[in-house]
Amino acid sequence: MLGYLVKRIGSMAVTLLVIITLTFFLMHSIPGSPFNEERATSEAVQKNLESYYHLDEPLYVQYFLYLKSVATFDFGPSIKKSSQTVNEMLGRGFPVSFELGMVTLIVAIFSGILLGIIAALRHNGFIDYLAMTVAVLGISVPNFVMATLLIQQLAVTWEILPVATWTSPKHMILPTLALATGPMAIIARLTRASMLEVLTQDYIRTAKAKGLSPVKIVFKHALKNALLPVVTILGSLAASILTGTFVIEKIFAIPGMGKYFVESINQRDYPVIMGTTIFYSTVLIIMLFLVDLAYGILDPRIKLHKKEGK
Amino acid sequence: MDKVLEVKDLHVSFKTYGGEVKAVRGVTFDLHKGETLAIVGESGCGKSVTSQSIMRLIPEPPGKFDGGAIIYKDNDLTKLKESEMRKIRGSDISMIFQDPMTSLNPTLTIGDQLTEGILQHMKLSSEQAKKVAIDMLDLVGIPSPHVRLKQYPHQFSGGMRQRIVIAMALVCQPEVLIADEPTTALDVTIQAQILELFRDIQKKTGVSIILITHDLGVVAQVADRIAVMYAGKIVETGTRREIFYNPQHPYTKGLLNSVPRLDVDGADLIPIGGTPPDLFSPPAGCPFTARCPYAMEVCDKMYPYKTKLTSSHGVDCWLQDERAQKLLATK
Repeated sequence: MLGYLVKRIGSMAVTLLVIITLTFFLMHSIPGSPFNEERATSEAVQKNLESYYHLDEPLYVQYFLYLKSVATFDFGPSIKKSSQTVNEMLGRGFPVSFELGMVTLIVAIFSGILLGIIAALRHNGFIDYLAMTVAVLGISVPNFVMATLLIQQLAVTWEILPVATWTSPKHMILPTLALATGPMAIIARLTRASMLEVLTQDYIRTAKAKGLSPVKIVFKHALKNALLPVVTILGSLAASILTGTFVIEKIFAIPGMGKYFVESINQRDYPVIMGTTIFYSTVLIIMLFLVDLAYGILDPRIKLHKKEGK
Repeated sequence: MDKVLEVKDLHVSFKTYGGEVKAVRGVTFDLHKGETLAIVGESGCGKSVTSQSIMRLIPEPPGKFDGGAIIYKDNDLTKLKESEMRKIRGSDISMIFQDPMTSLNPTLTIGDQLTEGILQHMKLSSEQAKKVAIDMLDLVGIPSPHVRLKQYPHQFSGGMRQRIVIAMALVCQPEVLIADEPTTALDVTIQAQILELFRDIQKKTGVSIILITHDLGVVAQVADRIAVMYAGKIVETGTRREIFYNPQHPYTKGLLNSVPRLDVDGADLIPIGGTPPDLFSPPAGCPFTARCPYAMEVCDKMYPYKTKLTSSHGVDCWLQDERAQKLLATK
């Protein structure tokens, strides 16, 4: 197991390095720089600024300088908001984004699985059709449309929930709903499909023949097997929730990381672009790693590490 | 002998897009205490459906119970509530399925799957249940059961898995064990071991076994009595000796002629020509008529009544009628 962990962490580091390299060069290949705005600055000031941020050096030198600072977990100062470092921005934005993302993920996973199970058990019944219609709607309606609809109905018309911001649990309901609907729908459909397949398996019949109750059969025997495909997509789902937060944070004026990410690209704020990208990638890579671990726990046939001599 | 289980005029059908398949059309038999009753027949004759109906494991829909009674301990199982039936499943009547590779849950340990039945039906602590499970694994011949309890199905071979499935079925000391093709998915040497195990267990526990199979070799080894099934009906019943040495139904004869023999030189394998009838619209008369070398006009028109040849040997065939031409019926 330890060998596997070391190997896995090594490959995660390599992935991250590739991401850093690609983002770095792509970012610099976008025309423009943080300092050429319509407002004219004197040439001397421009030169000074560029040399302060090492922007006058050749690109490869900048690249290695950046790698060096990343290796010490220093993402550098923001160019546009000169009083802040990227580390500070991440430190402030991340807890909020993380909270939003995690709550969404948990809501999506639990409600999705539950909906999927119910639909599978009431296969071809009214509840099944209802759940699947809701699921198709959830998949087809983009989260920003969902967000505006929710705000319009629940916050503006009925005035039961706050319109925006992120200050109390009550404020969390709308953004979470808007962000969770899509992933929940995907999970529900997948759970239903794999549950239906698992329920026809021989070992379910064996479990029935033992005289077990339907609840035990579903939750002990069927669910663990049915969840494998669901776990597979959790990685990419986490990614979509993560990227979904940009838009949702913007709509609900949530002070998360999304704001920095979008602004930094518009403003060519190089250190912030790099910092947020690296940060998001790290979170995603860790998510995928956790998914792989979950696999091994759910299905004993999947071995994460090869045994010696076997 | 005491009757443990009685099946009376059982009818089961399945709704499909093509129409209603009448899979079991009036099956009647009884199971005595401590005996092995083999139900034999070709694929699709309704033997598995019969056995699963006893456990009420036929999924409804598409399955449909159309009538009859299954009497166990003065209770008609067909009339029990689902919750009452659950108490019987696994504890009074238990079942072994054909494919040991798929009938164990791949994500749960053997110990978990063995003890859950015990915990469900008997008032035991999980420690005690574990002990029972270990004893059971020992009984079915799994070496070092303590260690094996913590392992998953994929860590066992096919024969070992079937032993575990058998242990699982016996763990609550059922009175009736239904084994649906328990050796079909195993290779021949393992088959012999498993059959040996069945005999052994029956001697030790006195369990009554219903053995569903199409393999007459298996039947010859373990069955006390045999019921031959064809197109949803039992066409002949008798002791092993009666069926193998004095088969009376042309279908039973056909089955026996199609088994390879090592003891007779130059014996030909004689297959039964034709195919079983379409059970979407089963014939009014004897379903074997179209394939029967001795078919008479009456066979097509009316299903024969049961003729009792001895107290244990019964056959549904018009050839037994005194008006039938005896000469033709001799071979």
